[in-house]
Amino acid sequence: MDTLVLLLITGLGLGALYFLVASGLSLIYGLMGVLNFAHGAFLTIAAFLGWEAGRRISDGTWTGLAISALVGILVGATVAVLTEVLIIRRLYERHIEQALVTVGISLAAVALFEGIWGTDPIYTDRPAWLTQTTEILGARIPNDRFLLIACAALVLGGIVLFLRRTRYGLIIRAGVENRHMVTALGIDVRRSFTLVFAIGGAAAGLGGVLASVYYGYVSAHLGSVLLIFAFIVTVIGGLGSLTGAAIASVLVAVLQQFANFYLGGTGDLVVVVLLAAVLLIRPRGLMGKAA
Amino acid sequence: MTAKSLRLVIGGILLVVALAILPLLAIDVPGVLPGPTYTPGTLQLLAFALLIAALALTYRMMFGLAGLLSFGHALFFAAGAYGLAMTLEAFGPAEWPSALVFTVAIAVTLVLGFVLAATVGALALRVTGISFAMVTLAFAQAGSVLIRRNPGSATGGDEGLALDTAHVPPELVGVVDTRNLYWVALGILVLVYLIVLSVEKSRAGHVAEAIRENELRVRVIGLRPYNVKLLVFIAASVLASVAGMGYLLLQSGAAPRIATADFTLTLLVIVVLGGVGARWGAIVGGIVYTLLDQRLTALAGSDAIAALPDILRVPLSEPLFILGTLFVLVVLFLPGGIAGLPARIATGRKQHPAEPEETVDA
Amino acid sequence: MSGPVADEPILSVRNLYGRIAGQQVVEDVSFDVPATGVTALLGRNGVGKTSTIKSILGLIDRTGEVRLAGERIDRAPTHRIVQRGVAYVPEDREVFGSLTVAENLRLAERDRSPRRELVASLFPDLEARREQRAGTLSGGQQQMVSLARALVNENRLLLVDEPTKGLAPRIVDEVADALAEAARTAPILLVEQNLLVVRRLAERVVVLSSGRVVFTGPAEELLDDHDRVQRFLGVHDEREAA
Repeated sequence: MDTLVLLLITGLGLGALYFLVASGLSLIYGLMGVLNFAHGAFLTIAAFLGWEAGRRISDGTWTGLAISALVGILVGATVAVLTEVLIIRRLYERHIEQALVTVGISLAAVALFEGIWGTDPIYTDRPAWLTQTTEILGARIPNDRFLLIACAALVLGGIVLFLRRTRYGLIIRAGVENRHMVTALGIDVRRSFTLVFAIGGAAAGLGGVLASVYYGYVSAHLGSVLLIFAFIVTVIGGLGSLTGAAIASVLVAVLQQFANFYLGGTGDLVVVVLLAAVLLIRPRGLMGKAA
Repeated sequence: MTAKSLRLVIGGILLVVALAILPLLAIDVPGVLPGPTYTPGTLQLLAFALLIAALALTYRMMFGLAGLLSFGHALFFAAGAYGLAMTLEAFGPAEWPSALVFTVAIAVTLVLGFVLAATVGALALRVTGISFAMVTLAFAQAGSVLIRRNPGSATGGDEGLALDTAHVPPELVGVVDTRNLYWVALGILVLVYLIVLSVEKSRAGHVAEAIRENELRVRVIGLRPYNVKLLVFIAASVLASVAGMGYLLLQSGAAPRIATADFTLTLLVIVVLGGVGARWGAIVGGIVYTLLDQRLTALAGSDAIAALPDILRVPLSEPLFILGTLFVLVVLFLPGGIAGLPARIATGRKQHPAEPEETVDA
Repeated sequence: MSGPVADEPILSVRNLYGRIAGQQVVEDVSFDVPATGVTALLGRNGVGKTSTIKSILGLIDRTGEVRLAGERIDRAPTHRIVQRGVAYVPEDREVFGSLTVAENLRLAERDRSPRRELVASLFPDLEARREQRAGTLSGGQQQMVSLARALVNENRLLLVDEPTKGLAPRIVDEVADALAEAARTAPILLVEQNLLVVRRLAERVVVLSSGRVVFTGPAEELLDDHDRVQRFLGVHDEREAA
């Protein structure tokens, strides 16, 4: 029982990280048809700058972490918006080229981060509570999992509210379904492109700071690793579906934890098998629109 | 055969001959090559560039010809390298002559590569577009994870796997024999080129091209795009494992890096850099990329760079940063890649990407 | 409404070419849409009627000259053309299935004071279903949503593509009623296969054949000429077309 609870909650925590990356990926793909390989770079730069800011002001405290998170969100959003406005927009409607430039950005960014911060992970300080555990139903759960889950839930709630309650949210939901018809109603859909990049970048930025809490370090490859799983999550959940991304994040992460524990560390493989199975049985994913 | 294509064939043969006699000459290109062309270090680098060019050529056949954007091509290159290394280690009846063991090991690896390619291709091609890219990525990721996990100590994990030279012909082992390996690499490139050429000129190649342009129309005229795409996928993948075998011999081992998604992305960069539209674009891209990568690394460690202020030194000392940036610029401003340059110069700078030629909607 | 010159066309199309994925789908099309009433754009299936409408709106690559009340719109992006008062009711409705009826309408509102009462009175059925997802509506109801999205703003021109396609006869009448009502508020360029609907609504027709205009003139002149109807549209009479 206690192992079960531990695996479940740890899986949820990891799923929270996946979701923070996958939510933006899914919205960006759904609305614009862009497969954004640079998303991992948004996360990494936010993690680094968040850590740099946090440790300068108050290292290893809640204030420091809050500042890291704030800086991470701002950096993620800013870098994402710059990417969209300066680069992606020039290739409007050319999806393959758009994916290609994001590949280039991600390669260049990781190399640059290595140049600045080195190739080895840099271990970070955290508020003491986050390094402790809490007992639930006999399982000793690391406290940082709760922080991750709470943050992801807040982000999910925030994005859902935004999508449901605002005009831009309405435009984005409609655009994911049929971009051309949105333009044909007299709406400049490109403005919402910048907006989804901002939202996705902000979520990834927060994800970067939280990832450094979860792993206990920042490194130039933080984003690349999470990105692959976020891609898998996005495809399983259905490209363009926020709910799908949320469900698939939890599903993938929990499955990964269980397989790692019960099937001799085969978590990654099981996830890949799951992806292949989903794509073959239901190519549009759990909640995706029909292709 | 027209006069033009005859000239091309003769030009091609002359080029191959010129490449073949390079190890016998002492050409020194400072800044581009680490030393004169007969030195093992330079030959090693050139041979590596030729193999990467061959690999890029197979990737271009999928992406450029058939429009299949795969993120898993590294899997087959790695399958060739690891497959041959593992077969050579695991198998070798004492009574067989070494040459026979070596040949059989290559044959076994080819069969393995074929089976792997047919399986992955048959599954992945059931979906198209971005989903196809994702399935191939997933399979490659699985392969990469497997190799790193080192099941039964078969793959060597993060350390990589050293080539067991017991049954490898002695001409292909050792630094002195680098030029033999160079010729092997050149042979692989020529072989791959000829097979790619024959696939592209075949009926299947034309159908594959038509599918890229308009899959629906191909379906309407009663052809099954699936079979043709599978054929191209298998051909490209098996040839990739051939290049992988060459890599194993050249490097005297296999490193887990060659199975990663990053390695496939590098191939994509090479093909786009060289120009998706032309076969020779992939070859030039592969060679230029390898040399650039190597020279930029050398440059990064040079005193000139070390003397620069941080803001210049840090980016310039990261080859991948420069290559990644270069790639972005090529996609933005030079849609035809290097191979598209002559045409662009000829027609002036008019054909800037005003309209999308083909929007590939997933 | 008092236009500057009474007989100036609201829309004038000259030498319009349209391409989809490099393929020519509209070839050298020229015609005018008068500032009042309904003009029907006719032709056999696959002749490029829908592509012509999409080219006018910039939804596909196009070259040529398109003027809205004298002003060039052939360089403008789609959303700007629509903002100038060109409403579009696409073939196959294209309602946003995951959005509610109310959200579909709200998305379409671009005027400061949208004509919600007019829409409510034209389509009472939709009022009752405001909170229902548009994807769950019947084809006829979806067509109402699509029309309502266009009529909620004040328009200078309506582009309506096959509004009765695939609908039951009773619904066809309802749609035709709504279009007749809409025609009082703005001129309409209508693509329509059902010649009964064309006869009822249209004053003028433009006929396309292999991407080009082969006939322009009063609707009756064409519809009463069975020989030409047969030749241009490939049908014997209106009943068969309906």
